[in-house]
Amino acid sequence: MNRIGVFICHCGLNIAGTVDVKKVAKLVSDYSEVVYATDYMYMCSDPGQDMIKEMVKEKKLDGVVVAACSPTMHETTFRNTIASVGLNPYRGEIANIREQCSWVHQNTKEIATEKAVKIIEAIIEKLKLDKPLVPLSVPVTKRALVIGGGIAGIQASLDIADSGYEVILVEKNQSIGGHMLQLSETFPTLDCPQCIATPKMVQVGQHPKIKLLAFSEVEEVSGYVGNFKVKIRRKASFVDWDKCTGCGFCMEKCPAKVPSEFNEFLSKRKAIYTLFPQAVPNKPVIDSNNCLYFTKGKCRVCEKNCSLKAINFEQKDSFVEENVGAIIVATGYDLMNKAEVGEYGYGKYKDVIDGLQLERLLAPAGPTEGIPYRPSDGKIPKEVVFIQCVGSRDPEHYYPYCSKICCMYTVKQAMIYKHAVPDGQAYVFYMDIRCNGKGYEEFLQRGIEEDRILYLRGRVSKIFKDGDKIRVWGADTLTGRKIEISADLVVLAMAMVPSKGAKKLAEKLRLTTDDYGFLTEAHPKLRPVESLTAGYFLAGAAQAPKDIPETVAQASGAASKVDSLFSKDELYHEPIIANVDEEVCVGCGICEVLCPYEAIEIDEQDKVAKINPALCEGCGTCCAACPSGALELEGFRRKQILSMIKVFAEV
Amino acid sequence: MFEPKIIGFCCNWCAYAGADLAGINRNQYPPNIRMIRVMCSGTIEPLYVVKAFKEGADGVFIGGCHPGDCHYQSGNYKTQRRIVLLKRAISEIGLDPRRIRLEWVSAAEGQRFARIITEFTEEIRKLGPNPLKLSGVENGI
Repeated sequence: MNRIGVFICHCGLNIAGTVDVKKVAKLVSDYSEVVYATDYMYMCSDPGQDMIKEMVKEKKLDGVVVAACSPTMHETTFRNTIASVGLNPYRGEIANIREQCSWVHQNTKEIATEKAVKIIEAIIEKLKLDKPLVPLSVPVTKRALVIGGGIAGIQASLDIADSGYEVILVEKNQSIGGHMLQLSETFPTLDCPQCIATPKMVQVGQHPKIKLLAFSEVEEVSGYVGNFKVKIRRKASFVDWDKCTGCGFCMEKCPAKVPSEFNEFLSKRKAIYTLFPQAVPNKPVIDSNNCLYFTKGKCRVCEKNCSLKAINFEQKDSFVEENVGAIIVATGYDLMNKAEVGEYGYGKYKDVIDGLQLERLLAPAGPTEGIPYRPSDGKIPKEVVFIQCVGSRDPEHYYPYCSKICCMYTVKQAMIYKHAVPDGQAYVFYMDIRCNGKGYEEFLQRGIEEDRILYLRGRVSKIFKDGDKIRVWGADTLTGRKIEISADLVVLAMAMVPSKGAKKLAEKLRLTTDDYGFLTEAHPKLRPVESLTAGYFLAGAAQAPKDIPETVAQASGAASKVDSLFSKDELYHEPIIANVDEEVCVGCGICEVLCPYEAIEIDEQDKVAKINPALCEGCGTCCAACPSGALELEGFRRKQILSMIKVFAEV
Repeated sequence: MFEPKIIGFCCNWCAYAGADLAGINRNQYPPNIRMIRVMCSGTIEPLYVVKAFKEGADGVFIGGCHPGDCHYQSGNYKTQRRIVLLKRAISEIGLDPRRIRLEWVSAAEGQRFARIITEFTEEIRKLGPNPLKLSGVENGI
């Protein structure tokens, strides 16, 4: 026999204005196993909660129903109330007689009163079968994994490491830095990224709490929040990085020449190479697809020139395993594949380039040392046309979203171009100009006023070659005129897309992505740095197009989430999870297949389903599918639901 | 006039929150529905629906998250498949499949929730009382 107390809230007139609360209290006090029922003006107020506490003690209640607003409002409040006087919090239930009764049946007061009684009775039936539950505790491994060594991953790693926790930073390239290191200058302050980002890279490289695994990729992740096991592939670099000092002599002597990815194919690199001179770690790798020894069987010049004997052509991929408690995914972006856009002559004309290529041409450390010699003939371009929204905001052909950074980087590029070529002219074809950050609008105005960038509102219809010029046909929709420009260089602001391989990684990590492959946050406004899967956090452009300040802010946000996770020795998990009756289970395995969290495994020896309580999120899908009825969702057990149905179906 | 008895099952994250929003908006709907909160529509066993009819309910409403929005990734798809089969099964025992209604209701669709419940209540009213109840089956099985 239970000793149940029922507390009915007036909520001022919100409930009492429609439902006859006195009558309800009287009717439910006669209900079986109810030893006390009362009503009160505001149950959630301090005196209201005190009354519940006193009655629990006085009447020796072992379960409490509060008939009030929706459980989403005050379930936690009242569970804490009864817990404070020694009751198990899960022996407290809410009967929703406000949102789903008094507020929606305001014109039928008598029927609303009857309905309120029924709702309370059904909840009493549920409570009768509520077991006291204890939140599950799991220990936390206080080490974090950060995937991606761009500015997002760098910032997140430094923040976590500075809080005193160990970080494993995995970067697929041989150096951290990401796209930021490719940039010429950064808007809206025109700082050089080398000046602001390389010190951070060095910090990462030297931080005692950061284990940097460059030229590595995450192969496999198992486990759950607080207890992940990660397998990392360390790709063969063919250079023993422990011996190598990064002197660079091997690179000097390498005879192979390959288009440089870091310079966006505008210059050549060697087959043994580092990404850029300030690389962290500053160790080369051999590109086996282009190395003469690997392709033709002869050469080994690098080996001969390495006095430290660091070159090792026999090196193979190796694997390391790490235990971590939280994972930050900061895999960044790529620009949309230009070959996909046929209409702007990319690929056909050398002097049609994308934003990142122009960044390299404008970068003081780039292939042209900051003077934007055009790719075809090395002339200095005097007329440069920038085209905005190529691939972005184009739902019919490519991507419907705004890539967010292009408006700003185009202003910046046009400005830096003008600084390099003062007698040149920059034209920008735009759809709308979106400069919505601190100092951004002022930056645009400066570009227009001081650097005389000419903004033309309209799309470009055609680009074709005319001698050594590129003819650009477009429209100025503000004046209604056709525009024709004889350009020397055309720059396309390509859409930002998730980095190559991010989709596959998301599948490995069991993270959800949107239609375009950007990672999905737990809540677009209130939980923007968390993923829906506990223990995973998001930073930077892997989640959506972002500029550097936003990326850094999100990375710090993700890092502080990790810190707060690590501030506890144990994590508590809602005990609303599935349970197996091993006597009944026949081990058919239907539940194992259905579970979206891989929380169920069939024990081969016992032939029964085993649930990992830390992985179970409590959806109950397995319970509904179990043909033998061996699975039950705690707090929503079959008998509880059936008894509620019985109450509701009664006359 | 015949007042149907409808039992509703709503998932905690979308449909139940949608029903709450109907309240917050004061969108009125007929009081015939009585709601049971479950964590996910995917946890609604066919047994629950059958039990509801057996106990004398005239209609059963099931509310879940919109496709792609399931809090638990894919529970609503599983519900959808189960309900298709269940409708077929209940028509075999002489119940109109329209007595079961599955709807996706988001936490933002309070007004829509109220409209759906109003429509469904009217539909059940037209269909009349649960024939199993009249034939006394509820005492038999």
